[in-house]
Amino acid sequence: MNQQAEKPRMPDEVGVPDPFPYMHPVMKANYGNWDWHDRPRPGVLHHVSKSGDEIWTVRAGTQRQMDVFTIRKLCDIGDQFAEGHVRFTTRSNIEYMVSKEEMVQPLIDELQANGFPVGGTGASVSMISHTQGWLHCDIPGTDASGVVKSLMDVLYDEFVQEKMPNRVRITTSCCQINCGGQGDIAVNVQYTKPPRINHDLVANVCERPAVVARCPVAAIRPAMVNGKPSLEVDEKKCVACGACYPPCPPMQINGKEETRIAIWVGGKHSNARSKPTFHKLAVANLPNNPPHWPEVAAIVRKIVSTYKKDAKHWERMGEWIERIGWSRFFEKTGMAFTKHHLDTWTGARKTMNMSAHVHF
Amino acid sequence: MKDESTDKGQHNTPMLDELEGGKWPSFVTGLKRLRDNQDAKYAPMMNDLLGQLEHSYEERLGFWKGGTVSVLGYGGGIIPRFSEVADKFPASKEFHTLRVMPPAGYHYSTDLLRQMCDIWEEHGSGLIAFHGQSGDIMFQGTTTEGTQKAFDALNEIGFDLGGAGPALRTAMSCVGHARCEQSCYDEVRAHRTLINAFLDEMHRPSLPYKFKFKFSGCANDCVNAIHRADFAVIGTWRDDIKIDQEKVKEHVATVGRKYTIDTVVSMCPTRAISLNDDDTLEIDNQSCVRCMHCINVMTKALSPGDDKGVSILIGGKRSLKVGDLMGTMIIPFMKLESDEDFEKLEEFGETVIEFFADNALEHERIGETIDRIGLPAFIEAVGVDPDPNMVNHPRTSSYVRTDDFDEEAEKWFARKAAEAQISAE
Repeated sequence: MNQQAEKPRMPDEVGVPDPFPYMHPVMKANYGNWDWHDRPRPGVLHHVSKSGDEIWTVRAGTQRQMDVFTIRKLCDIGDQFAEGHVRFTTRSNIEYMVSKEEMVQPLIDELQANGFPVGGTGASVSMISHTQGWLHCDIPGTDASGVVKSLMDVLYDEFVQEKMPNRVRITTSCCQINCGGQGDIAVNVQYTKPPRINHDLVANVCERPAVVARCPVAAIRPAMVNGKPSLEVDEKKCVACGACYPPCPPMQINGKEETRIAIWVGGKHSNARSKPTFHKLAVANLPNNPPHWPEVAAIVRKIVSTYKKDAKHWERMGEWIERIGWSRFFEKTGMAFTKHHLDTWTGARKTMNMSAHVHF
Repeated sequence: MKDESTDKGQHNTPMLDELEGGKWPSFVTGLKRLRDNQDAKYAPMMNDLLGQLEHSYEERLGFWKGGTVSVLGYGGGIIPRFSEVADKFPASKEFHTLRVMPPAGYHYSTDLLRQMCDIWEEHGSGLIAFHGQSGDIMFQGTTTEGTQKAFDALNEIGFDLGGAGPALRTAMSCVGHARCEQSCYDEVRAHRTLINAFLDEMHRPSLPYKFKFKFSGCANDCVNAIHRADFAVIGTWRDDIKIDQEKVKEHVATVGRKYTIDTVVSMCPTRAISLNDDDTLEIDNQSCVRCMHCINVMTKALSPGDDKGVSILIGGKRSLKVGDLMGTMIIPFMKLESDEDFEKLEEFGETVIEFFADNALEHERIGETIDRIGLPAFIEAVGVDPDPNMVNHPRTSSYVRTDDFDEEAEKWFARKAAEAQISAE
């Protein structure tokens, strides 16, 4: 080996790459100078610049976890039917930009012919934001890609058209940390049992004081078990949140039957009309049932169709429920309202009805 | 597409096979394409990956554990995964992910995507996610050895690792100035200025916990900054909404008066809009809270004002440990146009990160720190004055010592007098 080869390569700390070399030339030329937009059809945006330049964007759904052959196919379509530039939305939809209106339809046709649904704009159900799940996460309670694939198969028609009252943003998360984030509908793992502890491993694998400190309800304490330093959980205090599991894998929170799914509604990121909101519990204890999660899909479908039928134009899920009231929401969707819907966490009182306003 | 090649040593995947039906693009079909590309180095790895995933579907459990893998010179950015069932699925025993920062605003040329595909076929599994919830491109699946090689190749074409662990994390910005007329600041510049100023905090994790910036060009907040970022930069404006009354009339003529009232006038959160008898709009701009709703509905007739800038909200996060926190308003408005404005933003970002590094407990997000010490202590520490836009309403609890109230009131009046003088000049 010569000296050159022995010398290790140190990183070039380039940071966030400059997007301008990759940006569509019409976007680059009109950066910060756009005037208005409209949506000629579902899946297509049309932006007009103050300079008079126009650009059409065609949005299509992807599976997010993409093999290189899929990506190259998307590139082939971009080279042949668009102008060689794409971008992705925060929900993993791909966007093609073209500078001539007559390029739009052939591009749509080609995307559809290759199985990429064109849609996800305006008042549609866009792609579900998802996490890593069994494919790659170290603490997952369920799969992510499989749940999303199953739900998007069911909601496909609502992706390719804009017939909802307003946009519907669905998220999934494979543990209670909720990497998928807030959503109009959130499909999240909800653990139901305290962790099962492998006391043989705790001392060697876990930094015990750090694990004790992670617990939000102070239910974990150091203990000697079978002569070994370990941890024990006060199961009466434990809220089965799973916070101890990432720093201490021998505290297994997941189980074939114990890991369940909860569905939450009314989360909203945007500040439009109402302030941003967190999602609220709709139903818990649904089975974690691969490969199609039919019990989850049935409830999501019911919530989506009830909202579609009942909400006013531009009302998001949470705003619709705010208007009709929670009693009507549970009645119309056929779900139970239980003591578990009453918040018990810090600040819970602020979630109560401090008024004589009642929906009948 | 059924698995017909078990005689080639391929795992049966009956449950995953069911996810190849349906109309939505199937990730399973993609994984199988990689498995079936028999000439590729990664084919056996992807066969065992499919085997392990099917095993997870059967057992309803995950079988990956973390570990420590990094590239030379960096302490973060790699998500290591070691299989707990490597005896059954040895080829995917190591299946690490590289988190790589995308170009701000997620712009790609097809050439760039092809280069990335080539690199990942050479050094990894051929499986890439655009993008993870962290905002990174996720190059998923390589060995410890492949990690360094893939990083070197990606770094050579101008790409860098993102954040992981207790560190500055990869940021996100919306499409913004590049295509959106609602954008109120240069998101690309803000995104790159802030993150690239603090790269050391990303590449060599030493903060108490994660710290995230997100950049949305307006209050529609397309990158979910207020919910999910420790430091959310949201575009806004101070002067009047711009109205093209002719376009308003066209809109009303097209959709009808009742529909305009129902979807624009009645939905204004501060009752700041009314429809005039001649089908033009009247907006009470002092009552307007810049929520974006009417502009979203009437994209041709209405647009943000000219005196644009940003609001900064601090402290958003999800559940662990104290429960969800929304970012709260800390800087209601700052201009973000000149070089000096961007320097000021960078200085404020540095102040907040330093405060976080010095004061947060281990595994505590900045929103939790603020809850623990109180907002007054936080804004004093970062040099911001109290402002009514920080709250929904003033305190309702009387449990506070107010013996220096008069001095504090003097500061307020002095500040207001100074502001009045600036605007008079």
